[in-house]
Amino acid sequence: MSAPLLRVRDLCVSFPARRGRAPVRAVDQVSFDIAPGQTLGLVGESGSGKTTTGRAILQLQAASSGSVQLLGRELTAMSGRDLRAMRRHMQFVLQNPYSSLHPRMTVANTLAEPLAVHRSVPRHAIPERVAELMTLVGMDPAVVNRYPHEFSGGQRQRIVIARALAVNPDFVVCDEPVSALDVRTQAQIVDLLQHLQARLGLSYLFIAHDLAVVRAVAHRVAVMYGGRIVELGNAAQVYENPAHPYTRNLLDAVPVVDPARQRALLAEAAADPDFRGREGEPGPCVFGTDHAATATAHWHDIAPGHGVSCRFWPPGAAPDSR
Amino acid sequence: MTDAPPPLLDVRGLTAAFGRAAPVVRDISFHVAPGEAVGFVGESGSGKSVTARAVLRLAPEGSPLVWGGQILYGGQDLLRLDEHAMRGIRGRRIAMVFQDPMSSLNPVMTVGAQIDDMLMQHMGLSRRAARRRTVDLLGLVGIRDPAMRADDHPHQFSGGMRQRVLIAIAVSCEPDLLIADEPTTALDVTVQAQILRLLMRLRRELGMALMLISHDFGVIAGMVERVHVMQGGEIVETGDVDALFAAPRHPYTRALLDAVPRLDARR
Ligand SMILES: Nc1ncnc2c1ncn2[C@@H]1O[C@H](COP(=O)(O)OP(=O)(O)OP(=O)(O)O)[C@@H](O)[C@H]1O
Ligand SMILES: Nc1ncnc2c1ncn2[C@@H]1O[C@H](COP(=O)(O)OP(=O)(O)O)[C@@H](O)[C@H]1O
Ligand SMILES: [Mg+2]
Ligand SMILES: [Mg+2]
Repeated sequence: MSAPLLRVRDLCVSFPARRGRAPVRAVDQVSFDIAPGQTLGLVGESGSGKTTTGRAILQLQAASSGSVQLLGRELTAMSGRDLRAMRRHMQFVLQNPYSSLHPRMTVANTLAEPLAVHRSVPRHAIPERVAELMTLVGMDPAVVNRYPHEFSGGQRQRIVIARALAVNPDFVVCDEPVSALDVRTQAQIVDLLQHLQARLGLSYLFIAHDLAVVRAVAHRVAVMYGGRIVELGNAAQVYENPAHPYTRNLLDAVPVVDPARQRALLAEAAADPDFRGREGEPGPCVFGTDHAATATAHWHDIAPGHGVSCRFWPPGAAPDSR
Repeated sequence: MTDAPPPLLDVRGLTAAFGRAAPVVRDISFHVAPGEAVGFVGESGSGKSVTARAVLRLAPEGSPLVWGGQILYGGQDLLRLDEHAMRGIRGRRIAMVFQDPMSSLNPVMTVGAQIDDMLMQHMGLSRRAARRRTVDLLGLVGIRDPAMRADDHPHQFSGGMRQRVLIAIAVSCEPDLLIADEPTTALDVTVQAQILRLLMRLRRELGMALMLISHDFGVIAGMVERVHVMQGGEIVETGDVDALFAAPRHPYTRALLDAVPRLDARR
């Protein structure tokens, strides 16, 4: 296998303590690789640390420990100047197409900005590159002088993608890139992202809660719970052979487009789930005490490329008390 | 059908336009019975959010919205009510969860203080009673360690946690009608299921009616009795949820249902 484009090891992010409490550990010993031209889907509970992981990789959020290597270069210890140069290689596509574009900037200016900052093309060539980017994301270059509110949600998301691609990155973090869009627009944006990946060899960290969308785009899938990765494997392994109880919970909770079955599914959902405990901190895990607390100690490789962090693995065995 | 209860909300020939531009919602009519749940689906830009906002006469910030038609609520036309009377209805009798959680929260106030204020204003609770209720509500929407997290500012919450705060605020006053515009789009499916169950329970226990807007057909399928499909500012199909999903009549409805991504659609 070729060297990974991105290598993340034992990444931890803590937010400062409040009023005499322990700091919130939002990301806890997260490790994974992303190969060139591949997509890692990141799914998990709301508040489990997905966005924070993405931000820490892009160095938009300081890590408290751990390593992030992009193209073989360690980002966490880099000087501001070197980091600015590396930013050309890594970009962010955010969740909300409504608030991630500046309302008073035309599309042309939005796309020209990163080109000017990174001096990617000579100043006189910027309009041509802007037109090229519009075409790349399937939009008519003639509309570049319009403002964001004049576009639909799907069109705005295309512009956000064009802005991320302006500097020719190798790696893009997509944080819920389609969740605000209706199903047909979602499908178009997913197609666009895949088309761009094939054409430009991009790697994606694709954060989403829609498991069907992740299934469609991801080569590998990581499942996060309480700041940790509890399962990691090829998409087929995780979807067809989920090992962690939380992964199984997630897959079972996907709504179905059949009113009678969906009503039954909702009625069966845990009546009063145990939501107690502190976000980002170990346990209490709904699957057993200290389930997450001992995640690293309980990582099991269950098949080549597929691992799970679970003290109840293998199923039926006595809880591992290491 | 003489014994059908009179609708709680009866919208007749509603039209909405931004300034002098062509209307974005055109002559739509629908009703919501007390305790009933109705769904709205349709592509982005089809007018779902504008319709939802029209019921509360709330224009998006900085955008002048003009309305025509009638919105009858408890026998009075909301479009003709003065602003003072309208304020008594908004948030108290009819509550709304907006699509964009960040823009509807105050960034410089703690999450708890924002809910406290609502409760003191609308329910007449004391500050201390309000805080107790706030902590309950945050727990109800699945925020862990709610007493501590009430002192956080919105930027310290994840996207999904902010969306849950909006739901807590909306249900805090036990409204007769909740208008929820994409209330669970930022949530993972297990938390989504909890929120949907919570909404079901509020319907049952408080007799709350629900106007649910979502582009997720699975969410709509399990939650509502009737569905309205919107396209280009108009309602193009209306029906009982079971019938409409089993046999959609309008080609647009069929196209939308066909586009729903399936779990087994591997790359
Ligand atoms: N600036 C901050 N200050 C303090 N705590 C924060 C901050 N940003 C995030 N957190 C906390 O870190 C944890 C993880 O948040 P994060 O935004 O990464 O979650 P997420 O997995 O992206 O969730 P969602 O699916 O809801 O977007 C949460 O407990 C959140 O409250
Ligand atoms: N603030 C605004 N200013 C001008 N036009 C708007 C504004 N908000 C929405 N629109 C337009 O109104 C129409 C309906 O939008 P909306 O109700 O938000 O759609 P939906 O919620 O179904 O996605 C669209 O054509 C949209 O472009
Ligand atoms: Mg997030
Ligand atoms: Mg909308």
